[in-house]
Amino acid sequence: MFAPHSSLLPWPARVALSRLGRQASLAAQKFRARTDIPPTFHGDAIGWSLEGQTLEVVLHREPCNEIGSVMLRELEELADYVRAGAGGARALLFYSTAERGFSAGADLRELYSGMVDRRGQGMSRWQMAFEVRDFLDRIHAVFDTFDTAPITTIAVVHGFCFGGGFELALTCDEIIAEKSARFAFPELRLGLVPGFGGIPRLRRDLGNAVVRDLLLTGRSINSTKAGSVGLVSQVVPRGRGLEVARRVGEQAAKFDRATTAAAKSFAKPIPRDELRREKDLFIELMGSPVVEAALKKFVESDDPHSYLP
Amino acid sequence: MAQNDPILSKLLTLAAKRFERDTAGLGPDDDFFDRLDINSYQAMELLTEVEEEWGIEIPDYEVQDVRTFGALAALIADRI
Repeated sequence: MFAPHSSLLPWPARVALSRLGRQASLAAQKFRARTDIPPTFHGDAIGWSLEGQTLEVVLHREPCNEIGSVMLRELEELADYVRAGAGGARALLFYSTAERGFSAGADLRELYSGMVDRRGQGMSRWQMAFEVRDFLDRIHAVFDTFDTAPITTIAVVHGFCFGGGFELALTCDEIIAEKSARFAFPELRLGLVPGFGGIPRLRRDLGNAVVRDLLLTGRSINSTKAGSVGLVSQVVPRGRGLEVARRVGEQAAKFDRATTAAAKSFAKPIPRDELRREKDLFIELMGSPVVEAALKKFVESDDPHSYLP
Repeated sequence: MAQNDPILSKLLTLAAKRFERDTAGLGPDDDFFDRLDINSYQAMELLTEVEEEWGIEIPDYEVQDVRTFGALAALIADRI
């Protein structure tokens, strides 16, 4: 999860250069489109292919599509492809082939081992905070791209849709939930808040009572509840989500491209100020010893309840 | 909770079917993690099945310390 650093420069210079480079790269991405990205891709964590007018993205990293450095790198490639027009796709859908679900969220084992390794190298909490910010800047750039893509985006959710996985689903215009789906933000168990844009995006879509219940209790809700509060657009039987999502994509592709883009930007404005403040809050909380202790407990636990929020 | 309690009977049938186990010998005092040989992910699946079957909501934190079929059946009875 942490950025590599091998320069002989002192750490503040390294981190500052890394951030400047990243910010310049992110800014440049807004003005240029890459042309070297293949229309079909099969990576270690995700894959994609253009099916008709829909770009289908499969999440296939076992056990449950945990979002760490490998997943992020490939999502960055996908985001570049989307910025470049996604091969002319008129819709984009995410689905998972992991049996356990859509995504269990951030890769907590990688996060914890990164913290331990960096501490072993003598890195201070400040240095780690810079690296966490770098990671968050990258993931926010990716998620913002999906959120604002001028095409219809759909998440097909089954099983676990927790934490960062939930945040990925929330970037989409529509969530189609199979009966097995469960949605949760268990971050407070770790002494954290969601950091990939989950709170602002949930607040954009739902009433505050539901937002606070999910956030402050860490509980999960099933697909029926998610449908009743307006989180998901359709609840479908187990194993039927992808088929239904394909039909949604086909329908969305019938409309005028510019009108779809205009309607989407009107109906789904991106909450930039809240996203920035959530990122700051996450980084502030990451410095707490509570977080490392909670991560250690999670990683080392053999309690069968360990994943229950 | 009695073995012939209707909620318990339905729960045992539901759990046995979901995880392809035999209901014979399952009782209210059995630990469902052990007897069904399930992990925490599968326990969540069981919770989803229970909520769907009875049309109820059971927040996760209410089942955090529940380990037996009898205790889960009692929780269901409270929510109906």
